[in-house]
Amino acid sequence: MARARVIIDREFCKGCALCTYACPKKILVISSDFNSRGYYPVTVQDVEKCIGCGFCAQVCPDVAITVYRE
Amino acid sequence: MEVVFKRPRTLLKKPFTYCPGCHHGLAQRLIAEVIDELNIADRTIGVGPIGCSVYIYEFIDVDFVVGAHGRAPAIATGIKRALPDCVVFSYQGDGDIAAIGTSEIIHVANRGELITAFFVNNAVFGMTGGQMAPTTLVGQKTKTTPFGRNPEVHGFPFRLGECLSVAEGSAYIARVALTRPQFIRQAKECIRKAFLAQIEQKGFALVEILSPCPTNWGMSPKEAVDWLEQHMIPYFPLGELKVKECLSRETS
Amino acid sequence: MEKVLMRGNEAVAEAAVRAGCRLYFGYPITPQNEISEYLSFRLPQVGGVFLQAESEVAAIHMIYGAASTGARVMTSSSGPGISLMQEGLSSLAAAELPCVVVNMSRGGPGVGNIQPAQSDYFQAVKGGGHGDYRLIVLAPSTVQELVDLTYRAFYLADKYRNPVEILGDGMLGQMMEPVVFRDPEFPPLPPKDWAVRGKGNGPRKWIVCFDLDPKGLEELNLRLWRKYRRLEEEEVDYVTFGCSEPEVLLVGFGTVGRILRSVVREGEKEGLKLALFRPITLFPFPKKALQEYARKARAVLVVEMNLGQMLEDVELAVRGEVPVFFLGHTGGVIPTVEEVLEYIHFLLAKEVRVWK
Repeated sequence: MARARVIIDREFCKGCALCTYACPKKILVISSDFNSRGYYPVTVQDVEKCIGCGFCAQVCPDVAITVYRE
Repeated sequence: MEVVFKRPRTLLKKPFTYCPGCHHGLAQRLIAEVIDELNIADRTIGVGPIGCSVYIYEFIDVDFVVGAHGRAPAIATGIKRALPDCVVFSYQGDGDIAAIGTSEIIHVANRGELITAFFVNNAVFGMTGGQMAPTTLVGQKTKTTPFGRNPEVHGFPFRLGECLSVAEGSAYIARVALTRPQFIRQAKECIRKAFLAQIEQKGFALVEILSPCPTNWGMSPKEAVDWLEQHMIPYFPLGELKVKECLSRETS
Repeated sequence: MEKVLMRGNEAVAEAAVRAGCRLYFGYPITPQNEISEYLSFRLPQVGGVFLQAESEVAAIHMIYGAASTGARVMTSSSGPGISLMQEGLSSLAAAELPCVVVNMSRGGPGVGNIQPAQSDYFQAVKGGGHGDYRLIVLAPSTVQELVDLTYRAFYLADKYRNPVEILGDGMLGQMMEPVVFRDPEFPPLPPKDWAVRGKGNGPRKWIVCFDLDPKGLEELNLRLWRKYRRLEEEEVDYVTFGCSEPEVLLVGFGTVGRILRSVVREGEKEGLKLALFRPITLFPFPKKALQEYARKARAVLVVEMNLGQMLEDVELAVRGEVPVFFLGHTGGVIPTVEEVLEYIHFLLAKEVRVWK
């Protein structure tokens, strides 16, 4: 059971990918399908590895990420 | 599980209209977070500029006034003088604040006007399509410096923060970047201090926020962030440029 | 009520305070400096704010900010300073913010000089800045009228949510005359529920001077247009003086109105049938009234301290029904009663006979 979780709002994400570089566990990737505005949003690849550090949410220019932690 | 990071209450729940990788959204989130934490949304009035920065009024859930190019500091002065109990902040880009509105921002600092100014510096004119800004770096190519900025022709990049920090009326001047989580935490603290300088009547406060403009720099968001760290920060060093302690209107 | 002897510039300042103006932002320029000098001590007495700005550009935007809060605000300047304010005036008109701007105009173009002139007429009544907008323009001709029109300027600004310009000149500003400060009396105005004062517990408000949507911007322009038409229906003001069926109808505003009054009186002594039509509202211009008065005359003579600016509005109003002639001086030269009379004699002897 994961101790932390990130939720990415697909419609807010513009696929800038800055979070993918900020994530220390490298579990964020650009998805292969696009959202209603034509952007390829980021998705979580391996949610079990999330430590809830919140770096992704901190650097997200579109405030698309919510972070949960135990 | 508990929420450890979520959208601040004062940031309206709608997608930003900025380009991917632009830091306007980040800057506005931090301003909204500080407004929430200081619990001042009910008495805060924002003043918008013209340029990409103007869209702030669409996203931060406080009263707003938007006027002509570069004049936000003068407009903020009018509001603050009419309503001294309100918290007034302005939000401008580099063209707005450091070219067309240079006079207004210098005098607002020198008067020690009790307003908080935010200056988003991305070294280029964004909304008009990527022309040279006063903060464009030497050698940087823009739509109007196609061979790179040449100081002999175009002059040097303008360090507005340093310029304003020598004004007697300025209480708090800082320059921040938002390229890494630790920078973002520092930036938020600076934004907080800049609001407190106004609330505690210390004087004028400004936070210069370095921001990438991937669209007009012709880079990916990651490349733009790296370019900002490698080229902008050396010329525009981060940190608190001025902190005036214990200066109240009565004792100065 | 007590009469006091006051200079025009000081009278307009005192009238503003009595009209409820509590914030003034301005930048020094001759010949209107007494307005700011007076308000620099008077406004603090009533808990108001006087602030000397770093430029007229800054001053008019401080007005924009203060007007956004719903406060009664004023600035003043002359010629070149009013030119610098055009950017802000266009924004104020677009954002539908009320304010009062006093222009004690001086000789132009360029830096010109500091002598009285009326060459800012076009700038005042045709908009002045970019875009399709108008200021409400009031033209006083005595210090008493300056006081009364200052009261009215604040009322009209609030009623129509539009900037109002009081178009005087250096002579009116510097002239001392006895004045009475009556209490301003106007019908009640609606509350300024549009004003930005911090959202409190309610929904937020914003004031902007743009609309990126073409249909939205056209709607704003049409709303302004309807406002200007309503002004033309409801707020036109003018005075007439002299013979009811004149041979020559004299038309002049502001300071020139005073000179033409003397022309009518002196003309009577010489057996001339003259009348004066003096617009008080330059925008809205009293088109219909002028047309009706002009029909009774053999000719219309426009006299201005410029080279023919209001002349164009007079010609548009008269619509060619009566010949319109012009006499003007500019650059600070003031027309004399004698030369106007001489010109009237000339017209009656030659031109009017040819035309009619």
